[in-house]
Amino acid sequence: MDFISTRLLSKDMIEDILKSAKGFEAKKDFSHVLKGKLLATLFFEPSTRTQFSFQSAIERLGGNVLGFSDTDGTSIRKGETLMDTIRMMSSYVDCIVMRHPKEGSAKLASEVSTVPIINAGDGSHDHPTQTLLDIYTIQKSFGKIDGLNVGVCGDLRYGRTGRPLSLGLSNWDVKMHYISPPQLSMDKGTIKYLRDKRIEVTEVLKIEDVIKELDVLYMTRIQRERFPTEEEYLKFKGVYVVDERIMGMAKQDMIVMHPLPRVDEITVEVDNDPRAKYFEQAKNGIPVRMAVLEKAIKED
Amino acid sequence: MAEIDKTLKVQKIENGTVIDHIAAGKGWEVVKLLGLEEYGGTVTLLSNAYSKTKGKKDVIKVENKQLDKKEVNKVALVSPEAAVNLIKNFEVKEKFNVSLPQEVTGILICTNPVCVTHFEPCETRFAVESKDPLTLRCAYCERVQSKVEFK
Repeated sequence: MDFISTRLLSKDMIEDILKSAKGFEAKKDFSHVLKGKLLATLFFEPSTRTQFSFQSAIERLGGNVLGFSDTDGTSIRKGETLMDTIRMMSSYVDCIVMRHPKEGSAKLASEVSTVPIINAGDGSHDHPTQTLLDIYTIQKSFGKIDGLNVGVCGDLRYGRTGRPLSLGLSNWDVKMHYISPPQLSMDKGTIKYLRDKRIEVTEVLKIEDVIKELDVLYMTRIQRERFPTEEEYLKFKGVYVVDERIMGMAKQDMIVMHPLPRVDEITVEVDNDPRAKYFEQAKNGIPVRMAVLEKAIKED
Repeated sequence: MAEIDKTLKVQKIENGTVIDHIAAGKGWEVVKLLGLEEYGGTVTLLSNAYSKTKGKKDVIKVENKQLDKKEVNKVALVSPEAAVNLIKNFEVKEKFNVSLPQEVTGILICTNPVCVTHFEPCETRFAVESKDPLTLRCAYCERVQSKVEFK
C-alpha cells in the first residue's frame, strides 16, 4: 500500500502502525522481515533524518537500499519528467520513498509506479511518516492521545509538518492551539476541516498566550527555503523561541517536540529538561518507519 | 417595443442541442468549455437574452449535434442552473438540468502554483466536495479551491 496523504489515513490504520512500531521497538531480531527486498530512496530535495532513518529501517529489516540525495548526475538534470523517473525506478525496486519539492508529486508518482510509494515530503503538502512518528511520540509520552491540548508553533503555512500532524490528530479528541504570526498562520481550509470534525481550534500570536494549557508544544522551524526573499525570512526568524523562561511557565509534564533541524526556536539549555522530547522523537522515526515499510511492502 | 425584446431572435433548430438558462454573460465560457469553437456545424450564442425569471440569460444552440450528457454536465461548473434540450425534428426529445459530476478531469487548472500538475505532463483531477458553494479538491496537492480556472 502507498503512504501518500495523512488526510486519507484512517484511525485504525494509524493505530495499526503505532502498535507495530511498538513491537519493533521491543524486538531484538527482525532482520528476516523484509529480507531480500530493495528500497529506493529518491530525494529530489536534501534531507538528513528522513533519508537516513528510512535507510536504517530497511537495513534493520533485512532489506537493501539504493537511491540519490540530490539530482546531480541523474537523468532528471537532462530534463527527464518525474513520471518517467518513477516508471523506470519502480521496475528496479520493491518500494520507493520519495521527497520532491512539488505538492502532489507523491500522488502522481503512485499513479505511474508499479510498487508502493511512501511520501517523504512533497513541498509544503504532506509528510505522513513524520506525522506517524509524531503521534507515536505523543502516545508514548502520555499513554493516550484523547483529551490532550496540542500547541503547534512557528511556520504553519509553509512548513510540511504542522498541517499533517493536525489532520492525523483529528482522529482523536484533542484541542489544537496554533501559535504563529498572521503571515504564517494555518490555512483556513485545514481549520475548517478540523472544526467540521468537531476539533476545537484556537489561534494566538504568542507562546505565552497559551503555554499554561498545553500538554504538547510542537515547535517548527521558520524555514528559509519557503520564503521568496531573504528579507521576508529575516523578518520572522527567531520570533518564536522556547527557552528556560517559557519552560518555567509550562506544565510539569508538558512535552516539547520538534521535527528538527532546529535553528533558534529551541535554545540548547532546554535540551537537558526531561520534557524535551525532540531527540527521542527523531529516534522514534526508526521503529515507525520500519512499521510503515513492512505495511507498504507486505500489503502490496 | 417590450414585446419585441421578449422575442427570441433566433429560429428553432431542426436537430441538435439547446443549452438554455445559462447565466447571463457565461455563454462564451460554455462555448470554450465544450470545445464548440472547434465544431464545424452551426453554433448560435445568444448573450443577455430576455429571461422571465432572471431578467437576462445566455442561450446556445448547436445544430446537428446531440451533446453527450456527461460532457454537457461540465457546464454546471460555470452555470449550475443551465438546462439542456436535445432536439429532434423540431421537437424536444429529452430535457435535463446540468448536474456537476463527482470528479472533474482534465479541464481545470489547479490554483496552487506549486502543484505538480503545472510541471508534469498529466491531467488535472478534482473531487467535487460541495456543489453549493462550489468546492473542489485537487486529487494531487489536495488544495481546496472554489475558483474555477479553465486550461
